[in-house]
Amino acid sequence: MKKENIILEAKDISVRFRMYDRGLKKYQLEVIKNLNITLHEGEILAVVGASGSGKSVLAHGILGILPSNAELGGEILFEHQPLTKKLRKEKVGSEIIMIPQSVTYLDPLMKTGKQVQGIKGTKQQQEQAFERYGLKKSVSDMYPFQLSGGMARRALISTAVISNAKLILADEPTPGLSEEIALETMKHFRELADSGCSILMITHDIEIALKAADTIAVFYDGQTIDTCTSEQFRQGKDALHHPYTKALWSALPQNGFCVPENFLRKEYSE
Amino acid sequence: MIKKLQNRRLQTILIIIFSVLVIGVITVTGMTMSSDAYATSFENKNLPPSSAHLFGTDWMGRDMFMRTIKGLSTSIYIGLAASGVTSIIALFLGIIAGMSGKHGSAVFNWFVDLFMGIPHLILLILISILLGKGTKGVTVGVIVTHWCTLGRIVQAEILSLKNSQYVQASEKLGKSKLWIACRHILPHVVPQFIVGLVLMFPHAIMHESSVTFLGFGLPPEQPAIGIILSESMKYLTTGMWWLAVLPGISLLLIVILFEVIGNQLRLLIDPYSVQE
Amino acid sequence: MWKTIFLNAVKMLFLLLAVSFITFMLVELSPIDAVSAYIGENSATDAQREQIAEYWGLNQPPLTRYLKWISNLLHGDMGTSMIYRQPVIKVISEHFKLSFWLMLFSWILSGILGLLLGVTASVYRESVIDKIIKIYCLALESSPAFWIGMILLLIFSVRLQIFPMGLASPVGTAVTDATLGERVQHMILPVTALSLTGISKITLQTREKMNQVLESDYALFARTRGETIWQFVFRHGLRNILLPFITLQFGALSELFGGSVLAETVFTYPGLGNTTVQSALKGDIPLFLGIAVFSALFVFIGNLTANILYAVADPRIREGERNS
Repeated sequence: MKKENIILEAKDISVRFRMYDRGLKKYQLEVIKNLNITLHEGEILAVVGASGSGKSVLAHGILGILPSNAELGGEILFEHQPLTKKLRKEKVGSEIIMIPQSVTYLDPLMKTGKQVQGIKGTKQQQEQAFERYGLKKSVSDMYPFQLSGGMARRALISTAVISNAKLILADEPTPGLSEEIALETMKHFRELADSGCSILMITHDIEIALKAADTIAVFYDGQTIDTCTSEQFRQGKDALHHPYTKALWSALPQNGFCVPENFLRKEYSE
Repeated sequence: MIKKLQNRRLQTILIIIFSVLVIGVITVTGMTMSSDAYATSFENKNLPPSSAHLFGTDWMGRDMFMRTIKGLSTSIYIGLAASGVTSIIALFLGIIAGMSGKHGSAVFNWFVDLFMGIPHLILLILISILLGKGTKGVTVGVIVTHWCTLGRIVQAEILSLKNSQYVQASEKLGKSKLWIACRHILPHVVPQFIVGLVLMFPHAIMHESSVTFLGFGLPPEQPAIGIILSESMKYLTTGMWWLAVLPGISLLLIVILFEVIGNQLRLLIDPYSVQE
Repeated sequence: MWKTIFLNAVKMLFLLLAVSFITFMLVELSPIDAVSAYIGENSATDAQREQIAEYWGLNQPPLTRYLKWISNLLHGDMGTSMIYRQPVIKVISEHFKLSFWLMLFSWILSGILGLLLGVTASVYRESVIDKIIKIYCLALESSPAFWIGMILLLIFSVRLQIFPMGLASPVGTAVTDATLGERVQHMILPVTALSLTGISKITLQTREKMNQVLESDYALFARTRGETIWQFVFRHGLRNILLPFITLQFGALSELFGGSVLAETVFTYPGLGNTTVQSALKGDIPLFLGIAVFSALFVFIGNLTANILYAVADPRIREGERNS
């Protein structure tokens, strides 16, 4: 990991949603507030947080695909340049790539091979990518509904390989997968990172994240309350500083599923 | 920002109130109008629109504005009666079909397919003739042909609610069927039903005027929009454009008002459609 | 796949049978007196009336007559029209030929325009274009088909005198003798009126479906892969709204038939729609019954075609069965 070369920097990110309730009453929902992350070249950063806490919104915010009722605040730098609309148009889809979480992100009525190629890739690139991830040639003629969970996951990763991405955003890459395929996915991520890609992985599963990630950012109540290396995590509770992170550590299966009494209280964020 | 959005809610409610008022005023004016207002007067034959006769007069010197108002109120009256009754039938059949399991649904769907199989207009003509034409025929015709769509909506809503987790959880908790129906199912079905009812009206009124136009609906002596328009057909070539254009536009506006009410109600009831 | 289609066809056959039965009984119950309809303006003694009733088999119980009618129908005999004094089948096929072109052109036109407007509205959602299209649809949806026809007549035939007032051929010329140009000229206004009324439903539904597609996960993913919105529409959007569009377009046949009745009446176009009104007004029971069953057949064939196309076009049905 080359610490010196920063690929992505997000400063004071906030995302708010304008919502309507029954009877057109209006309220605002702040999903992310004051979030800060830094991602270096060849690094895997795992943003870990509870399901439904709005982590995916972070990836969508970076990619500029938030719904129109959402407001993005703060500053995002890609290779030290502010990620403006114009820069996004240039980079998103080629240097910045998302690996989606499930097969529903594929067009149900288009054959997988053609879809993996996208508008920028070629058939040759797609075939190479499939070979790299052990997908048979016949897979490219299958429709998404015919793919098994593992095949779909590998096909989705193939989309990232085709474009020579510098930054990969992986949104919940493991749920619904067997442990074997989840581990295989992490192995693929590690390979990609070792070849120079930076990966921002958004997940609720620390255990899996620890297999590949260099750094863990703990997401709680709309902010990253703690950032530590996975080395620290592996060393144990004493290497960790923040009480919520310590609690997370204790809750891991190998550490006894221990959930402290005040685990779900708000105090952690203060 | 917040202020603007609150205004939107107010705006929606104001639009609904305004539309209801316009329709109400026309209906009441039409119903209480004496037939002197559009009496035959041969001194005023074939006059184009003017300040004295907003919509002009016809070949018998009748004031077309008054006839239009009267005709609209008749149409609204019939439309409301027909769509009211047909919605209740739809609600009733939809609930039975939704609650009665697989076989009930199959029977219901078969009947809906049957009624959708014949073009509505043909069925309307048939029923109208069966009941000896006239007001009764059209009203019943519209009732018989219009329950299908809304019935399907009610049925589908109930089916999806029945399979929803919170209803199944309630069942497991031992709540009675009636309690579930009142607490969980009705609050979802009723708003859909109201919107469906309001949006049914335009169809009802348009089918009514179409059947009348073809000569199977209201009798010629009744000042209905369908009658007015079908009479004006004979005078198209004479250059008396106002006979066809102005009553038609009035009908169009009334129908649009009902569509607006329906759509605004939906915004109030189903906020998910406005999250954009 | 073929099993599904076959089951559908059988189901539709039963529905058609039920439709014919219900129609027959409704006509039976109606106050139309077939004998009087046959006699028309002429006067007849009671003895003559009885003879006529006997000749047409009108003195037998309804169920017997229905069974006879349906068995004749299966032999291709739908009885004799009382006003045309010709076999019903011949009357229907002759007039349907004229209506067929009218309906076909309107159907294609409203389908294409509706698809185009719907997709455009959806792509430019909430913009001025979208709002204009929505208002346009609302206005069209709220105006009766016959009134649109009248307005077209007023503008193009009475004022501008570009198109004829009605009929399918110039006055005094039989339709079969008219030139192609004359026939097209007589068809333009009815086709316009008929397709205008069909457009709004297709547009609004296409817009709705396209909105759903544009909000889907795969649309989001396609955007992150650098597809512009129009690239997405052509690569993924159209193929994903194709299936609902097929259902919608073939489902519109019922309204198309109803619309043609109105349009043909306004434009005095001598097609099947006009004949429907004439037969109903003059109490020509065999003809009206025949048309009603024919219209149901028309709708059912449309539905069946939609089902077949759906099964062929959807890989989830097509390939799903091949795999299993």
